[in-house]
Amino acid sequence: MLQSFIQNIFNALQWGSFYSLIALGYCLVYGVLLLINFAHGDIFMVGAYIAFYVCMLFLGKFGIIPGMPGWLVLALAVPLTMMLTAVVGVTLERVAYRPLRRKGVNRLYVVITALMCGLILEHANLALLGASRRSFPTLIPTTVYNIAGVNITNVKMGVILVAILAFFFLRFVVVKTKIGMAMRAISYDRFAVPLMGIPADSVIVFTFVLGSGFAGLAGLLFAVTYPVLDPYMGALIGWKAFIAAVVGGIGSIRGAFAGGFLLGFVEIMVVAFFPSTLRDLIAFTILLLILSVKPTGLFGVARRTKI
Amino acid sequence: MALLEVKDMTQYFGGLCAVTDFSVTFTGGELMGLIGPNGAGKTTVFNLISGFYQPSCGDIVFKGKNTRGLKPHKVTGLGIARTFQNIRLWFDMSVLDNILVSQYYHLGYSLWDCFVRSNRYLRREAEMRAWGMEILEALDLAQFADELPGNLPYGIQRRVEIARALSTKPDLLMLDEPAAGLNSADVEGLIKLIAWIHKEFKLSIWMIEHQMDVVMSLCTWIKVIDFGATIAEGTPKEIRENPVVIKAYLGDDAI
Amino acid sequence: MKQYTIPALLALLLAVLVFVSMTGAMNVYWQSVLMFMGINIILSSSLNIINGNMGEFSCGHAGFMAVGAYVSSVLSVLLFAEGSVFGEALLPPHLAVFLFPFILVAGGVAASLVGLLVAVPSFRTRGDYLAIITIAAAYIVKSTIENINAIGGARGFMGMSKVTAAMNTTADLPWMIIWVFLGTVFSVWLIRRFIFSTLGNGVNAVCQDEIAAEIMSVNTNQVKMTAFMVSCGLAGIAGALFAHVLGYVNPGSFTILKSTEVMVMVYLGGMGSLSGSVLSAILITLLMEALRPLQIIKWIVIPLLLVLLMQFRPEGIMGNRELSDIFPGLKKFYRLKG
Repeated sequence: MLQSFIQNIFNALQWGSFYSLIALGYCLVYGVLLLINFAHGDIFMVGAYIAFYVCMLFLGKFGIIPGMPGWLVLALAVPLTMMLTAVVGVTLERVAYRPLRRKGVNRLYVVITALMCGLILEHANLALLGASRRSFPTLIPTTVYNIAGVNITNVKMGVILVAILAFFFLRFVVVKTKIGMAMRAISYDRFAVPLMGIPADSVIVFTFVLGSGFAGLAGLLFAVTYPVLDPYMGALIGWKAFIAAVVGGIGSIRGAFAGGFLLGFVEIMVVAFFPSTLRDLIAFTILLLILSVKPTGLFGVARRTKI
Repeated sequence: MALLEVKDMTQYFGGLCAVTDFSVTFTGGELMGLIGPNGAGKTTVFNLISGFYQPSCGDIVFKGKNTRGLKPHKVTGLGIARTFQNIRLWFDMSVLDNILVSQYYHLGYSLWDCFVRSNRYLRREAEMRAWGMEILEALDLAQFADELPGNLPYGIQRRVEIARALSTKPDLLMLDEPAAGLNSADVEGLIKLIAWIHKEFKLSIWMIEHQMDVVMSLCTWIKVIDFGATIAEGTPKEIRENPVVIKAYLGDDAI
Repeated sequence: MKQYTIPALLALLLAVLVFVSMTGAMNVYWQSVLMFMGINIILSSSLNIINGNMGEFSCGHAGFMAVGAYVSSVLSVLLFAEGSVFGEALLPPHLAVFLFPFILVAGGVAASLVGLLVAVPSFRTRGDYLAIITIAAAYIVKSTIENINAIGGARGFMGMSKVTAAMNTTADLPWMIIWVFLGTVFSVWLIRRFIFSTLGNGVNAVCQDEIAAEIMSVNTNQVKMTAFMVSCGLAGIAGALFAHVLGYVNPGSFTILKSTEVMVMVYLGGMGSLSGSVLSAILITLLMEALRPLQIIKWIVIPLLLVLLMQFRPEGIMGNRELSDIFPGLKKFYRLKG
């Protein structure tokens, strides 16, 4: 009983790690631009596909370069995937969001554009690569450590560790560095920031680089853990990560991190004790209840309106 | 029975005491001023009385009814209307629609009446429209009834906001810096308008204002607050000569 | 005389529609396109109350549609169709035609009650949080349906075609066309009366400045609740029609993609413009049909269209104006106010 409970905790930590990594990206962009980047879940999906092609390339499957050992491929794939996914994110920013921001239109229009960009990414992928699912190659052999009856794999440990490191890294960037300070400044007053000599657009691009980069990392890790890719994989997990970010208190790095793990726990525990078809139902109901009781989320702070 | 009775109203924002032990009584028909340096808590007093904030302690009794826990629309429905420091009209609605919507509390028909266009619906809509036009005409705004407020000059927008507040049929009208941003010609018109409204609609008016000539020429009684605390009250003449007030406005060394 | 022009034209249109579908002048394909067009008009004009007039961002319209679809389907199958699920029909089939409007309304009422689920949290939150609540609500609805085995779970629910067949025992008419037509006219008529009254104008006031609205005596909670219930209720009616037109429903029809489709119609038409919503529902339905051969590319073209629209004409086709603002001559045919 206890063993299976601890086992579930580890599963939840791993599952929550994915949510956290994606939620962090939502949170960064929202924190700076007050924009729900609805395309973020699909950027995660694109990240997984990029990881797939990068790995296939280095494994020598395309015949362009000779195959390399799995650990080296993984080591190369992590930075490369993050960079390429960041390029996708920044492209969206440049092509779709920035022109709208320049025109100073209603915030809602940017949100709709984001939602539509997500759909375009999904279906462009579907149209280009076809509906067949892809299976991700095995890069490193899974080792199972059995500690007192609890199975922990090296992949699982890696995922959890990466999520925690990502959290501390992002928190460091936002709280301690100069560019983090600029990001926070933009979230307070986007119009005053350029007047203070801060290059707002570069800061925003940097935000997208960070957010999309970590979505790409999440995509890679997800593909390593669950080696089946399909174009719709980002939609549901993206929505859920977004909900996790809101429950944590959107705009708060801590909140996004905690919200992701909370959602992971709820889902894994529901599956452990109830039929798995009830997972979404119970998870969403719990989140809705949290939001009704505390509308600003767990770590969110209400902005006081002045009259 | 007093119209409005505020007793020892205190409001904390976190550790900050924005308003301390504020008391005021309106018996009906006054024209009172509320002045004080910037950040003294004047608008907070209005926000508390209109129900936008709930006071930390103290009571607000309007027409014998304690307004604690009432939502702002209920308080307005009871008869306290106000304007805003920075104009908050509904800018995508015509002037007349602005006036109509602010009669929402006295709507008097249900969603069902609205669907079936019952007699009650038709009668009430016509009545509200007539009352709205009456107000607009009284304030010399009738020719702007179908305009969007954003297309009107600033002075007219101020007047529309006063008209909107009047359309809720208040017994106490609170004006939050009605002269802010107006030029001197407009200010003179405003002084006449407020005096006329006070006489014509037979209501109590309470105004926050920084322009002393407006306050001094209109108000019969003035309260002065600074850092949330009432530091003086009296007739305009008394206030003008009160050393405490002068100190609050100009600082210690100025005299 | 002039206020009868529009009803007369509508009656004529209905008569023509019934005539051409009975004689076979209009084939089944076009009949179904027209019916979906009607349903889309109801969906977009009802979502327009929330996303357009109230300026909120609801992504869960398909969820409310699903509630209406399932409640009405279960009711109509229970009453008029014999099947494996509920056994014998409870009422004789010739009553189907007379009771069908009530079944539609029951679907709408059920959906508007579920709409409360979203309306109540909306009292305290706005914008982004509400978007999440609506998405969550839509997932909860879908997931609940998938978990009730009695109504088919994820496989779906059928038997409604027996009900439409039962209607033909009374009179052999293309009943679903008539119902969709009446439902569409009813919905637009209802929304128009709501939105152009002072009661409905409260919704616009909440959108433009909620704090000012509350302080100027508008009961904002009541306004939001009313708007959500009207909007969700009409979505439920649309869902009920949808289920009976298709003859079967499954939870897969009510995904975020469906909500997105409706949102596209609202924003293409122009936020807060009723005639814009109606026009764009017609346009999008035709466009969807025209793009059908492209299959998956369709779902690239339509979002792309909206992205471009947001870049170059974000106010949509109509902005927040109505047809009568553009063609003042139309005003003499109907009164918007009073």
